[in-house]
Amino acid sequence: MKSECPLTKNHIKIALVGQPNVGKSMLINSVSNSHLHVGNFSGVTVEKTEVLFDYKDYNFTVVDLPGTYALADYTIEERVTHNFLLYEEYDIIINVVDSTNLAKNLQLTAELMTLGKKMVIALNMSDEAKKEGIEIDEAYMSELLGVPCIKTSAVTKEGLNQLLDKTIEVFNNNFTLPKLIFSETVEEEIEKIEYYLKKHQPVCPNVYRNVAINILRNDKKTFKKLHDEPIWTELLPILIESSKHIELHHDTDDIKEAFAEEYASFIRGVVAETVKVSDEDLTKQTLTDKIDKVLIHPVFGIPIFLFFMWGLFQLTFELGAIPMDYIDSFFVWLGDVVGNTIANDNIRKMVVDGVIAGVGAVVLFVPNIIILFIGIALLESTGYMSRVAFLLDGFFHKFGLHGQSFIPLVTGFGCSIPAYMSARILKNDRDRLLTLFIIGFMSCGARLPVYVLFAGAFFDESMAGNVLFAIYVSGAVIGLIAAKILKLTAFKGVDEPFVMEMPKYRLPSLKLIWHTVVTKTLMYLKKAGTFIAAASMLVWFLSEYPKNQDIENKYATLIENAKTKDEATRLEIQQKKEELSNSYIGQIGQVIEPLFTPLGFDWKMDVALVSGLAAKEVVVSTLGVLYSTGDTTDGEDKSLQNAIKKHIPFASAIAFIVVVMTYLPCFAATTVFAKEAGSWRYAFYLFVFTSVVAYILAFTAYRIAVSLI
Amino acid sequence: MNLLECKKGDKVVITKIKAKDELKRRLISFGLIKGVDLEILNCSPGKKTVEIKVDKTRLALRKEEASLIEVECEE
Repeated sequence: MKSECPLTKNHIKIALVGQPNVGKSMLINSVSNSHLHVGNFSGVTVEKTEVLFDYKDYNFTVVDLPGTYALADYTIEERVTHNFLLYEEYDIIINVVDSTNLAKNLQLTAELMTLGKKMVIALNMSDEAKKEGIEIDEAYMSELLGVPCIKTSAVTKEGLNQLLDKTIEVFNNNFTLPKLIFSETVEEEIEKIEYYLKKHQPVCPNVYRNVAINILRNDKKTFKKLHDEPIWTELLPILIESSKHIELHHDTDDIKEAFAEEYASFIRGVVAETVKVSDEDLTKQTLTDKIDKVLIHPVFGIPIFLFFMWGLFQLTFELGAIPMDYIDSFFVWLGDVVGNTIANDNIRKMVVDGVIAGVGAVVLFVPNIIILFIGIALLESTGYMSRVAFLLDGFFHKFGLHGQSFIPLVTGFGCSIPAYMSARILKNDRDRLLTLFIIGFMSCGARLPVYVLFAGAFFDESMAGNVLFAIYVSGAVIGLIAAKILKLTAFKGVDEPFVMEMPKYRLPSLKLIWHTVVTKTLMYLKKAGTFIAAASMLVWFLSEYPKNQDIENKYATLIENAKTKDEATRLEIQQKKEELSNSYIGQIGQVIEPLFTPLGFDWKMDVALVSGLAAKEVVVSTLGVLYSTGDTTDGEDKSLQNAIKKHIPFASAIAFIVVVMTYLPCFAATTVFAKEAGSWRYAFYLFVFTSVVAYILAFTAYRIAVSLI
Repeated sequence: MNLLECKKGDKVVITKIKAKDELKRRLISFGLIKGVDLEILNCSPGKKTVEIKVDKTRLALRKEEASLIEVECEE
């Protein structure tokens, strides 16, 4: 067909379709060695992704579509799949199904069978099915469905080559009609309409039998297509009568429900013929049942979840603190070594006090970040995430949030950007906007350094982990209260239904966790090496210039006249202070200082906060630069932790943490927010909303802390 | 009776889905179809959410949705 163009001759475009959480992305990863994000809950993939690879003489393009339970356009992600399958160009469908739950998965397959496209079915998770004693006769199933079925496992890589070989074979053969068989009543009506269509020959891209099925089950696209044909006026009465017959037969007034029942009984038949379950003991509890007995216990479920979270933050702080000293001394050493090789005084200062101090301050927290990411990866890949959504739905509901909001909110603890995107699993726009607005209150990984720094500086080591936990919990609580306020004011409306699948528990593969954590950590390091380094350099430059000759001269004489060495040191410190407050950054700081004085901040903290709008790590690197050019001449421990302990009062530190917890997420996240919310107007609202919340809460916290001390 | 009136551990069969349009379609796509067996696995605190098992699928439903599913005890 396409042989005229050598470039596209061997090109196969595949639409990868299946229900949520059947391992579509993982299958692609195994086939092509790509690294799409995978997890054990519905809705990991929310956008279509294309993966390209070569196999034999063919060039494959696989479009990984978000999982969908039916060909519906219920949520945004479902719409992506629905519209792609119906309106875009592709050669062949690979339908991925979960071998351990065929009856449900094949429902979607039945719908796909009427699209009139070439198709291959991947019976995925065959390794799990084997373990559960499920035996599938794939040859017989292929025959019954009229669609080739191949057993695959993304984990053990079984059957992957066979799947590709079969895909090539189907691609090269002519289209054959799948065998979707309905009950006698429905078959009669289909035949009637098919016969009518054959007689009048309207132009259709699909086979007439499929057109007949689709028009009967009220498919919008087919309806629209035939509606414009001249035969419509004659077809309509036949159609109405046929529909009535089918509805009567199924005792319903909803033709779609009737067809769902038809599909279900067809599939039950196929499954009964082809699937054998050995040693099936219906009373036997599965492992998932046993684990669920404990983890979603009506009384202990929530405390257990809180305990896990508490443990995670304890580990984050305790384990994370171990390599910190080494990293710190590494950067001090690096500063010395690099400093010694640079002759030019200004350049040396820029590199050592600017770039190395700033980047070092951020890299210091890599161990903490790694532990947090491992925690989130475990939550995502074991199947626990959906359980927590189940436990918390009642509680969330009180605050006007949907239980499924929990998934984007938890993702938000890692990074707000994927969290904003995963809010697409929420069907209702109001729910989605509400969730988008409060994701920022879930402290992202980039804020962790600020917390660890302050918790370490102001609290005893044994308490710091608890403080960290308290910060995250209060962030979440603030988010919930904010949600309630928004729900009562801006996003009034009816509650949406909550129906969610709870996946089986799965032991996460080490490889998968390792990969997720390494990718995220490398991203953090890359950001530290590029963006943070540049920002540190800028902050350093702004804090060093303009050079003020008057101050220099004034102190030069004063220091010369100093009587003791101590006095000279004291004067040097004073000079640095005065120079810093006369620098560009000092000037900016002083302009905005009055705004933050009620919160107890000095101008260095103000500048750090404002720079944090670019990225939250920059708060730490800016503090690092600003305090490293301060008084470090007194021979004390030079670490940033000690510097802030010395310069920042306790109450101000508390207010500072509150602001970091609540104010606008970084610039990149705000851009994604605007895109997901649909307008920059919302980003402006978000800015106003978070700023007001941050200011009021920080002020309150500051006042309380001052009065308590 | 409806699903909400069932106790944990009950095994019942669906007789009617009273939900409308989209929600009905959603429930159907999860396998909640007339004549199908289901089991009540768990309830969250205060019966705010119910976990059920349909064939091999576990589903969480809020009480508002659960009350729309008419069921009948299995003989």
